Amino acid sequence: MLSINDLHVSVGETEIIKGLSLRVPAGQVHAIMGPNGAGKSTLSYTLAGRSGYEVTEGEARLDGEDLLGLEPNERAARGVFLSFQYPLEIPGVPSLTFIRSALNAQRKARGEDEVSAPVFLKLAREAAGKLKMDFDMLKRPLNVGFSGGEKKRMEILQMAILQPRLLILDETDSGLDIDALRIVSEGVNAMRAPHRSMLVITHYQRLLDYIKPDVVHVLVGGRIVASGGPEMAHDLEKNGYDQYAKVPA
Amino acid sequence: MAAVQQTVQQVAALEGDKYKHGFVTDIDQEFAEKGLNADTVRFISAKKGEPDWMLEWRLEAFERWQAMDEPTWAKVHYPKIDYQDLYYYAAPKAKDGPKSLDEVDPELLATYAKLGIPLKEQEVLAGVQGAPRYAVDAVFDSVSVVTTFKKELAEAGVIFCSMSEAIREHPELVKRYLGSVVPTSDNYFACLNAAVFSDGSFVYVPPGVRCPMELSTYFRINAENTGQFERTLIIADAGAYVSYLEGCTAPQRDENQLHAAVVELVALDDAEIKYSTVQNWYPGDAEGKGGIYNFVTKRADCRGDRSKVSWTQVETGSAITWKYPSCILRGDDSVGEFYSIAVTNGRQQADTGTKMIHLGKGTRSRIIAKGISAGHSSSTYRGLVSAHQKASGARNFTQCDSLLIGKHCAAHTVPYIEAKTASAKFEHEATTTRLSEDQLFYAMQRGLGQEDAVALLVNGFVREVLQELPMEFAVEAQKLVAISLEGSVG
Repeated sequence: MLSINDLHVSVGETEIIKGLSLRVPAGQVHAIMGPNGAGKSTLSYTLAGRSGYEVTEGEARLDGEDLLGLEPNERAARGVFLSFQYPLEIPGVPSLTFIRSALNAQRKARGEDEVSAPVFLKLAREAAGKLKMDFDMLKRPLNVGFSGGEKKRMEILQMAILQPRLLILDETDSGLDIDALRIVSEGVNAMRAPHRSMLVITHYQRLLDYIKPDVVHVLVGGRIVASGGPEMAHDLEKNGYDQYAKVPA
Repeated sequence: MAAVQQTVQQVAALEGDKYKHGFVTDIDQEFAEKGLNADTVRFISAKKGEPDWMLEWRLEAFERWQAMDEPTWAKVHYPKIDYQDLYYYAAPKAKDGPKSLDEVDPELLATYAKLGIPLKEQEVLAGVQGAPRYAVDAVFDSVSVVTTFKKELAEAGVIFCSMSEAIREHPELVKRYLGSVVPTSDNYFACLNAAVFSDGSFVYVPPGVRCPMELSTYFRINAENTGQFERTLIIADAGAYVSYLEGCTAPQRDENQLHAAVVELVALDDAEIKYSTVQNWYPGDAEGKGGIYNFVTKRADCRGDRSKVSWTQVETGSAITWKYPSCILRGDDSVGEFYSIAVTNGRQQADTGTKMIHLGKGTRSRIIAKGISAGHSSSTYRGLVSAHQKASGARNFTQCDSLLIGKHCAAHTVPYIEAKTASAKFEHEATTTRLSEDQLFYAMQRGLGQEDAVALLVNGFVREVLQELPMEFAVEAQKLVAISLEGSVG
């Protein structure tokens, strides 16, 4: 379970997240919806531990363990995975090399044995097959020259191999056509599991037609201003975020 | 703390002690008198028991050198060198020169063992399966101390020995080829080398022979205030193939040491030479005190039709590097390649690159240069690509990429391109990037520690070049790049 308590985050001099509390029990999928500038990406970067996002107050725990004091790679080893809105290109590093290095770094940090090359290849081949990815693509430098859809698929592939406990999807639907959206969503849905929490961050309701959330939260002005069932997403699509704009700060 | 900032600080915090080969071997040595005059040249020649023609060649070079000026066009800065305050010859004392490994001073063997260089053939031969098996010529200060696998090579017809031995045993080959690629008066440092060169490696591969193993030379500067002036000559006769690697290290000393080598390669019809360098001379400390001045002239003459020469270099050491391994593409359809990784850190300065001189028809060349600058260092790529009128259909592709780590380093690219025939096709691409905070965060989010993340990114950056190194050395080079950026790279 992810539990966030009264979280305040500043970037530079500006406070972006202003007292956010949230619980995502294991086995559930929660969506966070909000207008531009509400603090959606700030929340995902803060949970992943990006530098420049200063937590001034509050806490975030995964299964009771404090996350905020840890380095990004230590959080990853404990099961935090952030699917980036804009996945980075890593020239000269084959995707397979990158993912295997990441997997073994995580396993090492957890005191587990490293995965051998043949075992890893089998793992990668299976995961690629499920996502309908050409395996040869995994031999190319990570994300270099990939289309938007291919990059997102590569994120889901990494997720499937790394098997995180907390999955944060940051605007995963951006830049995807309808077919890619379906394939990516299937990949995410396949990750649903009783021990896993998912946080789906999105501007539009579209993605939530494919990834059905248990709970929808509305994030406006750095706070969660409303929470409800999946039907709330449709309501937002119809009426927009303006209805929450007047909420006193 | 920002990951990149932390990396930068760790790199900046590095002192000279990161250099792993900084030890000094305590051994009895024989020196020429300090300073340089015609008698020094005579002394060196006499020490090596050289024939008169060789001495005359040296003296003529010395005459010319005295009339020359030190070049100042490179983007490097150093105090004026006092050429009279150096020793020009230093050799480990030995009675008659060792006949076999058993006679080599154990201190010397220990030195090379410490550097991880296999000199004991038996051990290598009896060694574990897959152990690197390559012949080594070990040059300690001014002389070659031992050359391994000579017998096995001789069976294939390959001559691999020290330059001194070649002058004595194979004078015809030496006379024909020495100075034929880099003439004595080519440049200031090459001319100095011609006058006082002490030793180096000589390779001759006869027609049609594929050299049965990798050849390598390990250069070690040990003595204080001593210049090292080695001279290497490699000839691949028609249809021959040879792959050669040189490695260099030196002790950690406060004063600067001069290294002015000359390497000449000759490839005849259909011959191929692959020359790789892993240069790790002492770079000086973080304040720029000490370190090697690496002023080297390396040139290949693709004399025969369809001949090919590849230079691959991994440059991590030296306080100052001034070096442009070049190819004269004389034969029709000959090919020249240059692959380079230059890492500078601390106060290091590197001005390095290549020259591809297209003379023959249908000649092709390819240049991939990767510079990584960290600390307060400066790295310059300087390259010339030229096509002669007769070089119809000449082609070149050049790619220069610079990676900056931190805010105080610099990278420069200075390409010179001259085409005197309209049918030449030259392409030049250059990029400069800073180690990206975004990429680092991305890799760390997936579980990689900061050092591993930097190592992965840097390795990705230099991958194209590492692939060109002989297998055994690619790993070594990868580690060396990592050590040079130690603190940030695991």
